[in-house]
Amino acid sequence: MVQFALPKNSRVKRGKTWPKPEGATNLRKFDIYRWTPDDGENPRVDTYFVDMGTCGPMVLDALIKIKNEIDPTLTFRRSCREGICGSCAMNIDGINTLACIYGMDEIKGDVKIYPLPHMPVVKDLIPDLTHFYAQHASIMPWLETKTNRPAKEWKQSIEDRKKLDGLYECVMCASCSTSCPSYWWNGDRYLGPAALLHAYRWIIDSRDEATGERLDELEDPFKLYRCHTIMNCAKTCPKGLNPAKAIAEIKKMMVERTI
Amino acid sequence: MRYLTDRKRATGTGSAKSGTAHFWAMKVSSVALLILIPLFVFTFGTIVGEDYATVTAYFSHPFPALIAALTLIVGFEHFQSGAQVLIEDYVHGLAQKITIILIKCISYGLMAMGLFAIAKLAL
Repeated sequence: MVQFALPKNSRVKRGKTWPKPEGATNLRKFDIYRWTPDDGENPRVDTYFVDMGTCGPMVLDALIKIKNEIDPTLTFRRSCREGICGSCAMNIDGINTLACIYGMDEIKGDVKIYPLPHMPVVKDLIPDLTHFYAQHASIMPWLETKTNRPAKEWKQSIEDRKKLDGLYECVMCASCSTSCPSYWWNGDRYLGPAALLHAYRWIIDSRDEATGERLDELEDPFKLYRCHTIMNCAKTCPKGLNPAKAIAEIKKMMVERTI
Repeated sequence: MRYLTDRKRATGTGSAKSGTAHFWAMKVSSVALLILIPLFVFTFGTIVGEDYATVTAYFSHPFPALIAALTLIVGFEHFQSGAQVLIEDYVHGLAQKITIILIKCISYGLMAMGLFAIAKLAL
């Protein structure tokens, strides 16, 4: 049976309230999830106050400011700071998104930041994405061909290339998969919206010659058919993509080759 | 504790090569119910509250009897398929198998009882 309540050692407690910066007039409150595997303690929510007069506009700017100026132990992933690398995905104000492209002006009141939901936590805001990446690898995210390699390049028409728009932009931030209740309850077997969006990206690539094998691998009550069109994936995607539509297209192809 | 690679955990036992038939059957029964449910409501609704003799006379006509029977068959078939998916979502392990068997037994049992009642009224 699925667990609807957190186990005792995962229940989140109230943590430390860090002092307000001196002389600041425009303060904003941040409640941030903290947990470290080193001390055996339960997770806690620490409170920080950031001077918005000297802070950039994005949530990631505030996190970096907290780490640099208030609490150097705060741990989170970040790299490109422009929505391309997908490293800084976290749950901000109840929505899975990228901290680097989520403006603080979009949040009313205090800023609440948690790691991506329902994933094992490595530390603070860093989820363990090992299984998520392995699932992505399992859908063979590369061009599979049987024909001898052409002298120059695999050609693709402009129309066929357009079919990849809305799919190739995925940065594998895991916001969609970790927002999906089906992935929460059956993430060990269900591939999740991100891996399935990538699977569809290769299924409809006109140059790929493994379409049948790819569909064969996905035809499974758990790998594919756990998607119940809940649409959280499309709602939360920080890149504005629609994994639910990609999954529906895969299901349509499955039916079309059956009947 | 098992020393499995990440890829081995993700791949598991591989694809079951099934699921599409179940998915398509659910779609077909959904479309059938879109037609059957309004027909059932209109045919069954007209005799609610009538006396026994009127009801038996009404169900001796083929149209209301067949609509009621088809609604029962397709409705319970759709229900047991949907309930199976729901159970697979939330219940795992041996409890999952037992719950699926139970829900199928209940569905087909209720379907058989309904069909028997209609046959008794109609014949």
